[in-house]
Amino acid sequence: MAKLPNVRIIDVKLTGFTRMTNNKKEVSPQAVVYVRLKEGVLDPQGVTIHKALQQMGYNEFISVRTGRFFELEVDSDSDNYDKRLDEVCSKLLANPVIESYRVEKL
Amino acid sequence: MKVGVVTFPGSNCDYDAYAAVQHVMGEDVEFLWHKSTDLLGCDLVILPGGFSYGDYLRGGAIARFSPIMEKVIAFGRSGGMVLGICNGFQILTECGLLPGALMRNSHLRFSCKHVYLKVEQTSNPYTQLCIKGEVLKIPIAHGEGNYYNFDNDIKKLEDAGQVVFRYCDVNGDVNSEANPNGSINNIAGISNKEGNILGMMPHPERVVEDILGSADGLKILESIRATIAVAKTVSN
Repeated sequence: MAKLPNVRIIDVKLTGFTRMTNNKKEVSPQAVVYVRLKEGVLDPQGVTIHKALQQMGYNEFISVRTGRFFELEVDSDSDNYDKRLDEVCSKLLANPVIESYRVEKL
Repeated sequence: MKVGVVTFPGSNCDYDAYAAVQHVMGEDVEFLWHKSTDLLGCDLVILPGGFSYGDYLRGGAIARFSPIMEKVIAFGRSGGMVLGICNGFQILTECGLLPGALMRNSHLRFSCKHVYLKVEQTSNPYTQLCIKGEVLKIPIAHGEGNYYNFDNDIKKLEDAGQVVFRYCDVNGDVNSEANPNGSINNIAGISNKEGNILGMMPHPERVVEDILGSADGLKILESIRATIAVAKTVSN
Protein backbone atom coordinates (compact mmCIF):
# COMPACT_ATOMS: atom_id res chain seq x y z
CA MET A 1 0.00 0.00 0.00
CA ALA A 2 1.33 3.41 -0.95
CA LYS A 3 2.39 5.55 1.97
CA LEU A 4 0.24 8.62 2.33
CA PRO A 5 2.02 11.96 2.56
CA ASN A 6 2.07 13.63 5.93
CA VAL A 7 -0.82 16.02 6.28
CA ARG A 8 -0.44 19.11 8.39
CA ILE A 9 -3.63 20.12 10.09
CA ILE A 10 -4.03 23.87 10.04
CA ASP A 11 -6.61 26.24 11.37
CA VAL A 12 -8.20 27.83 8.32
CA LYS A 13 -8.72 31.04 10.24
CA LEU A 14 -4.97 31.52 10.47
CA THR A 15 -4.25 30.98 6.79
CA GLY A 16 -4.22 33.87 4.40
CA PHE A 17 -3.13 34.36 0.85
CA THR A 18 0.33 35.83 1.04
CA ARG A 19 2.65 36.92 -1.69
CA MET A 20 5.91 38.79 -1.95
CA THR A 21 5.76 42.21 -3.61
CA ASN A 22 8.88 44.40 -3.68
CA ASN A 23 10.34 42.16 -1.00
CA LYS A 24 7.35 42.99 1.20
CA LYS A 25 5.01 40.30 2.30
CA GLU A 26 1.42 41.22 1.46
CA VAL A 27 -1.67 39.49 2.70
CA SER A 28 -4.84 39.68 0.61
CA PRO A 29 -8.24 39.87 2.20
CA GLN A 30 -9.89 36.53 2.27
CA ALA A 31 -13.42 35.22 2.40
CA VAL A 32 -14.23 31.71 3.53
CA VAL A 33 -17.51 30.17 2.41
CA TYR A 34 -18.92 27.16 4.25
CA VAL A 35 -21.51 25.11 2.36
CA ARG A 36 -23.59 22.38 3.97
CA LEU A 37 -26.77 20.46 3.28
CA LYS A 38 -29.89 22.11 4.67
CA GLU A 39 -31.49 20.80 7.83
CA GLY A 40 -33.64 17.80 7.05
CA VAL A 41 -31.79 16.83 3.87
CA LEU A 42 -30.32 13.36 4.25
CA ASP A 43 -26.52 13.33 4.20
CA PRO A 44 -25.54 9.73 3.35
CA GLN A 45 -21.82 10.51 3.69
CA GLY A 46 -22.36 11.90 7.19
CA VAL A 47 -24.42 8.86 8.16
CA THR A 48 -21.70 6.49 6.90
CA ILE A 49 -18.96 8.39 8.72
CA HIS A 50 -21.05 8.33 11.89
CA LYS A 51 -21.49 4.56 11.61
CA ALA A 52 -17.71 4.20 11.28
CA LEU A 53 -17.19 6.32 14.41
CA GLN A 54 -19.61 4.09 16.32
CA GLN A 55 -17.75 0.98 15.18
CA MET A 56 -14.52 2.60 16.36
CA GLY A 57 -16.03 3.20 19.78
CA TYR A 58 -16.45 6.98 19.60
CA ASN A 59 -19.99 6.80 20.89
CA GLU A 60 -20.15 10.30 22.32
CA PHE A 61 -20.48 11.74 18.79
CA ILE A 62 -24.15 11.26 18.07
CA SER A 63 -24.32 12.51 14.50
CA VAL A 64 -22.12 13.76 11.68
CA ARG A 65 -22.98 16.20 8.91
CA THR A 66 -20.55 16.84 6.09
CA GLY A 67 -19.97 19.99 4.09
CA ARG A 68 -17.21 21.85 2.34
CA PHE A 69 -15.51 25.16 2.46
CA PHE A 70 -13.99 27.50 -0.11
CA GLU A 71 -11.26 30.07 0.41
CA LEU A 72 -11.55 33.06 -1.87
CA GLU A 73 -8.74 35.54 -2.25
CA VAL A 74 -10.15 39.04 -2.74
CA ASP A 75 -8.57 41.94 -4.61
CA SER A 76 -7.57 44.35 -1.84
CA ASP A 77 -8.88 47.30 -3.90
CA SER A 78 -12.47 46.05 -3.73
CA ASP A 79 -13.83 47.22 -0.41
CA ASN A 80 -17.47 46.32 -0.70
CA TYR A 81 -17.91 42.96 -2.33
CA ASP A 82 -20.54 41.54 0.05
CA LYS A 83 -23.35 41.55 -2.49
CA ARG A 84 -21.20 40.00 -5.20
CA LEU A 85 -19.92 37.37 -2.80
CA ASP A 86 -23.50 36.50 -1.94
CA GLU A 87 -24.23 36.06 -5.66
CA VAL A 88 -21.20 33.79 -6.03
CA CYS A 89 -22.50 31.63 -3.17
CA SER A 90 -26.09 31.35 -4.35
CA LYS A 91 -25.33 31.00 -8.08
CA LEU A 92 -22.37 28.65 -7.99
CA LEU A 93 -20.79 27.53 -4.73
CA ALA A 94 -24.04 26.30 -3.17
CA ASN A 95 -27.15 24.80 -4.70
CA PRO A 96 -29.85 26.72 -2.79
CA VAL A 97 -32.35 23.90 -3.37
CA ILE A 98 -30.50 21.59 -0.99
CA GLU A 99 -27.64 23.57 0.54
CA SER A 100 -27.15 26.53 2.84
CA TYR A 101 -24.02 28.63 3.16
CA ARG A 102 -22.24 30.87 5.61
CA VAL A 103 -19.56 33.44 4.88
CA GLU A 104 -16.64 34.51 7.04
CA LYS A 105 -14.53 37.48 6.06
CA LEU A 106 -10.97 37.53 7.32
CA MET B 1 -36.03 16.15 -37.53
CA LYS B 2 -32.73 17.71 -36.60
CA VAL B 3 -31.15 16.88 -33.25
CA GLY B 4 -28.37 18.77 -31.49
CA VAL B 5 -26.16 16.95 -28.99
CA VAL B 6 -24.25 19.30 -26.70
CA THR B 7 -20.64 18.33 -25.97
CA PHE B 8 -19.21 19.67 -22.73
CA PRO B 9 -15.66 18.94 -21.64
CA GLY B 10 -16.16 15.59 -19.92
CA SER B 11 -19.30 14.49 -21.75
CA ASN B 12 -18.97 10.82 -22.60
CA CYS B 13 -22.39 9.77 -23.92
CA ASP B 14 -22.52 12.36 -26.69
CA TYR B 15 -21.43 9.84 -29.33
CA ASP B 16 -23.98 7.28 -28.11
CA ALA B 17 -26.75 9.85 -28.57
CA TYR B 18 -25.35 10.88 -31.94
CA ALA B 19 -25.18 7.26 -33.14
CA ALA B 20 -28.69 6.46 -31.95
CA VAL B 21 -30.15 9.39 -33.88
CA GLN B 22 -28.03 9.09 -37.03
CA HIS B 23 -27.41 5.38 -37.51
CA VAL B 24 -30.45 3.82 -35.89
CA MET B 25 -33.10 6.44 -36.66
CA GLY B 26 -31.55 7.88 -39.82
CA GLU B 27 -32.18 11.47 -38.75
CA ASP B 28 -30.00 14.58 -38.92
CA VAL B 29 -27.82 15.21 -35.89
CA GLU B 30 -25.16 17.79 -35.04
CA PHE B 31 -22.75 18.13 -32.16
CA LEU B 32 -23.10 21.49 -30.41
CA TRP B 33 -19.85 22.56 -28.78
CA HIS B 34 -20.31 24.03 -25.29
CA LYS B 35 -18.59 27.27 -26.29
CA SER B 36 -20.88 27.78 -29.27
CA THR B 37 -23.95 29.99 -29.01
CA ASP B 38 -25.83 28.61 -32.02
CA LEU B 39 -28.33 25.76 -31.76
CA LEU B 40 -28.19 25.37 -35.59
CA GLY B 41 -31.97 25.24 -35.91
CA CYS B 42 -32.26 21.92 -34.08
CA ASP B 43 -35.74 20.63 -33.15
CA LEU B 44 -34.42 18.81 -30.09
CA VAL B 45 -31.41 19.53 -27.89
CA ILE B 46 -29.92 16.59 -25.98
CA LEU B 47 -27.74 17.26 -22.94
CA PRO B 48 -25.88 13.97 -22.80
CA GLY B 49 -24.47 11.92 -19.95
CA GLY B 50 -20.93 12.08 -18.68
CA PHE B 51 -18.93 14.08 -16.20
CA SER B 52 -19.00 17.64 -17.49
CA TYR B 53 -16.16 19.64 -15.95
CA GLY B 54 -15.13 16.54 -14.04
CA ASP B 55 -18.26 16.80 -11.86
CA TYR B 56 -16.27 19.37 -9.87
CA LEU B 57 -18.33 21.19 -7.24
CA ARG B 58 -21.57 19.29 -8.05
CA GLY B 59 -22.71 17.34 -11.12
CA GLY B 60 -23.73 19.88 -13.76
CA ALA B 61 -23.00 22.92 -11.59
CA ILE B 62 -20.34 24.38 -13.85
CA ALA B 63 -21.69 23.17 -17.20
CA ARG B 64 -24.83 25.23 -16.67
CA PHE B 65 -22.74 28.39 -17.12
CA SER B 66 -21.32 27.28 -20.51
CA PRO B 67 -22.06 29.75 -23.32
CA ILE B 68 -24.35 27.28 -25.12
CA MET B 69 -26.53 26.89 -22.02
CA GLU B 70 -27.84 30.44 -22.29
CA LYS B 71 -29.32 29.46 -25.67
CA VAL B 72 -30.53 26.08 -24.41
CA ILE B 73 -32.31 27.74 -21.47
CA ALA B 74 -33.98 30.29 -23.76
CA PHE B 75 -34.92 27.50 -26.21
CA GLY B 76 -36.46 25.38 -23.44
CA ARG B 77 -38.31 28.33 -21.90
CA SER B 78 -39.86 29.17 -25.27
CA GLY B 79 -41.21 25.62 -25.70
CA GLY B 80 -38.27 23.95 -27.47
CA MET B 81 -37.66 20.27 -26.71
CA VAL B 82 -34.74 19.64 -24.37
CA LEU B 83 -33.82 16.13 -23.18
CA GLY B 84 -31.31 15.82 -20.35
CA ILE B 85 -29.90 12.36 -19.77
CA CYS B 86 -28.00 11.53 -16.56
CA ASN B 87 -25.44 14.37 -16.26
CA GLY B 88 -27.79 16.27 -18.61
CA PHE B 89 -30.59 15.86 -16.03
CA GLN B 90 -28.23 17.25 -13.37
CA ILE B 91 -27.50 20.25 -15.60
CA LEU B 92 -31.25 20.84 -16.09
CA THR B 93 -31.87 20.95 -12.34
CA GLU B 94 -28.80 23.12 -11.70
CA CYS B 95 -29.92 25.69 -14.28
CA GLY B 96 -33.48 25.72 -13.00
CA LEU B 97 -35.24 24.34 -16.09
CA LEU B 98 -36.36 21.44 -13.91
CA PRO B 99 -37.09 21.58 -10.16
CA GLY B 100 -35.24 19.74 -7.40
CA ALA B 101 -31.71 18.38 -7.18
CA LEU B 102 -29.79 15.13 -7.77
CA MET B 103 -27.85 14.03 -4.74
CA ARG B 104 -25.33 11.28 -4.03
CA ASN B 105 -26.84 7.80 -4.28
CA SER B 106 -28.02 6.83 -0.81
CA HIS B 107 -25.63 3.84 -0.75
CA LEU B 108 -22.74 6.11 -1.92
CA ARG B 109 -21.75 3.74 -4.74
CA PHE B 110 -21.70 4.30 -8.48
CA SER B 111 -24.44 2.13 -10.02
CA CYS B 112 -24.12 0.79 -13.57
CA LYS B 113 -26.80 -1.74 -14.51
CA HIS B 114 -30.06 -2.34 -16.33
CA VAL B 115 -33.13 -1.16 -14.45
CA TYR B 116 -36.85 -1.21 -15.14
CA LEU B 117 -38.86 1.96 -15.51
CA LYS B 118 -42.59 2.39 -15.21
CA VAL B 119 -44.01 4.91 -17.65
CA GLU B 120 -46.29 7.11 -15.53
CA GLN B 121 -47.25 9.71 -18.13
CA THR B 122 -47.94 9.34 -21.82
CA SER B 123 -49.35 12.79 -22.48
CA ASN B 124 -45.93 14.36 -23.00
CA PRO B 125 -43.83 14.41 -26.20
CA TYR B 126 -41.27 11.92 -24.87
CA THR B 127 -43.55 8.99 -24.05
CA GLN B 128 -46.58 9.50 -26.24
CA LEU B 129 -45.97 6.19 -28.07
CA CYS B 130 -45.76 4.26 -24.78
CA ILE B 131 -48.68 2.75 -22.93
CA LYS B 132 -49.39 4.12 -19.45
CA GLY B 133 -47.89 1.72 -16.92
CA GLU B 134 -45.62 0.11 -19.53
CA VAL B 135 -42.29 -1.22 -18.22
CA LEU B 136 -39.11 -0.21 -20.07
CA LYS B 137 -35.70 -1.85 -19.62
CA ILE B 138 -33.07 0.92 -19.73
CA PRO B 139 -29.65 1.09 -18.04
CA ILE B 140 -28.42 3.55 -15.43
CA ALA B 141 -24.80 4.61 -14.82
CA HIS B 142 -24.47 7.22 -12.11
CA GLY B 143 -23.23 8.07 -8.64
CA GLU B 144 -25.48 11.07 -8.13
CA GLY B 145 -28.97 10.17 -9.26
CA ASN B 146 -30.85 10.42 -6.01
CA TYR B 147 -33.66 12.82 -6.89
CA TYR B 148 -34.48 15.13 -4.02
CA ASN B 149 -37.00 17.86 -3.46
CA PHE B 150 -38.98 19.13 -0.51
CA ASP B 151 -42.27 17.43 0.39
CA ASN B 152 -44.56 20.19 -0.88
CA ASP B 153 -42.60 20.46 -4.14
CA ILE B 154 -42.78 16.70 -4.64
CA LYS B 155 -46.54 16.92 -4.12
CA LYS B 156 -46.75 19.66 -6.75
CA LEU B 157 -44.76 17.51 -9.20
CA GLU B 158 -46.96 14.49 -8.56
CA ASP B 159 -50.21 16.46 -8.75
CA ALA B 160 -49.19 18.10 -12.02
CA GLY B 161 -48.25 14.73 -13.56
CA GLN B 162 -44.62 15.73 -14.02
CA VAL B 163 -43.21 12.42 -12.79
CA VAL B 164 -42.73 10.59 -16.10
CA PHE B 165 -40.64 7.56 -15.06
CA ARG B 166 -40.32 5.61 -11.81
CA TYR B 167 -37.94 2.78 -10.96
CA CYS B 168 -39.86 -0.50 -10.69
CA ASP B 169 -39.25 -4.25 -10.84
CA VAL B 170 -39.70 -6.38 -13.94
CA ASN B 171 -43.43 -6.66 -13.22
CA GLY B 172 -43.92 -2.91 -12.93
CA ASP B 173 -44.16 -2.92 -9.15
CA VAL B 174 -42.72 0.31 -7.71
CA ASN B 175 -40.93 -0.68 -4.48
CA SER B 176 -37.82 0.23 -2.50
CA GLU B 177 -35.86 -2.84 -3.71
CA ALA B 178 -36.23 -1.59 -7.28
CA ASN B 179 -34.92 1.87 -6.36
CA PRO B 180 -31.21 2.01 -7.28
CA ASN B 181 -30.30 5.32 -5.63
CA GLY B 182 -32.77 6.30 -2.90
CA SER B 183 -34.69 8.83 -4.99
CA ILE B 184 -37.92 10.14 -3.49
CA ASN B 185 -40.99 8.19 -4.70
CA ASN B 186 -38.66 6.11 -6.93
CA ILE B 187 -38.44 9.07 -9.32
CA ALA B 188 -36.25 8.32 -12.37
CA GLY B 189 -37.37 11.10 -14.71
CA ILE B 190 -39.45 14.27 -14.59
CA SER B 191 -40.66 16.88 -17.02
CA ASN B 192 -41.46 20.55 -16.66
CA LYS B 193 -45.13 21.55 -16.41
CA GLU B 194 -45.45 22.13 -20.14
CA GLY B 195 -43.83 18.75 -20.92
CA ASN B 196 -41.26 20.02 -23.45
CA ILE B 197 -38.29 19.53 -21.11
CA LEU B 198 -37.48 16.06 -19.78
CA GLY B 199 -34.71 14.96 -17.42
CA MET B 200 -33.99 11.32 -16.70
CA MET B 201 -31.15 9.43 -15.04
CA PRO B 202 -31.41 6.23 -17.16
CA HIS B 203 -29.83 6.17 -20.63
CA PRO B 204 -32.33 5.55 -23.46
CA GLU B 205 -29.63 6.25 -26.09
CA ARG B 206 -27.75 3.14 -24.94
CA VAL B 207 -30.61 0.74 -25.70
CA VAL B 208 -31.72 1.29 -29.27
CA GLU B 209 -31.11 -2.16 -30.80
CA ASP B 210 -31.87 -5.64 -29.47
CA ILE B 211 -28.20 -6.58 -29.69
CA LEU B 212 -27.59 -4.00 -26.93
CA GLY B 213 -29.80 -5.91 -24.50
CA SER B 214 -32.93 -3.85 -25.09
CA ALA B 215 -34.40 -1.54 -27.70
CA ASP B 216 -36.73 0.22 -25.28
CA GLY B 217 -34.84 3.50 -25.58
CA LEU B 218 -36.21 3.76 -29.11
CA LYS B 219 -39.72 4.16 -27.73
CA ILE B 220 -38.65 7.49 -26.25
CA LEU B 221 -36.75 8.57 -29.37
CA GLU B 222 -39.62 7.52 -31.65
CA SER B 223 -42.06 9.47 -29.47
CA ILE B 224 -39.86 12.54 -29.94
CA ARG B 225 -39.74 11.97 -33.72
CA ALA B 226 -43.54 11.65 -33.88
CA THR B 227 -44.00 14.85 -31.82
CA ILE B 228 -41.66 16.85 -34.03
CA ALA B 229 -43.23 15.46 -37.23
CA VAL B 230 -46.69 16.60 -36.06
CA ALA B 231 -45.35 20.01 -35.00
CA LYS B 232 -43.78 20.49 -38.44
CA THR B 233 -46.97 19.46 -40.27
CA VAL B 234 -48.97 21.97 -38.23
CA SER B 235 -46.49 24.82 -38.79
CA ASN B 236 -46.41 24.14 -42.55
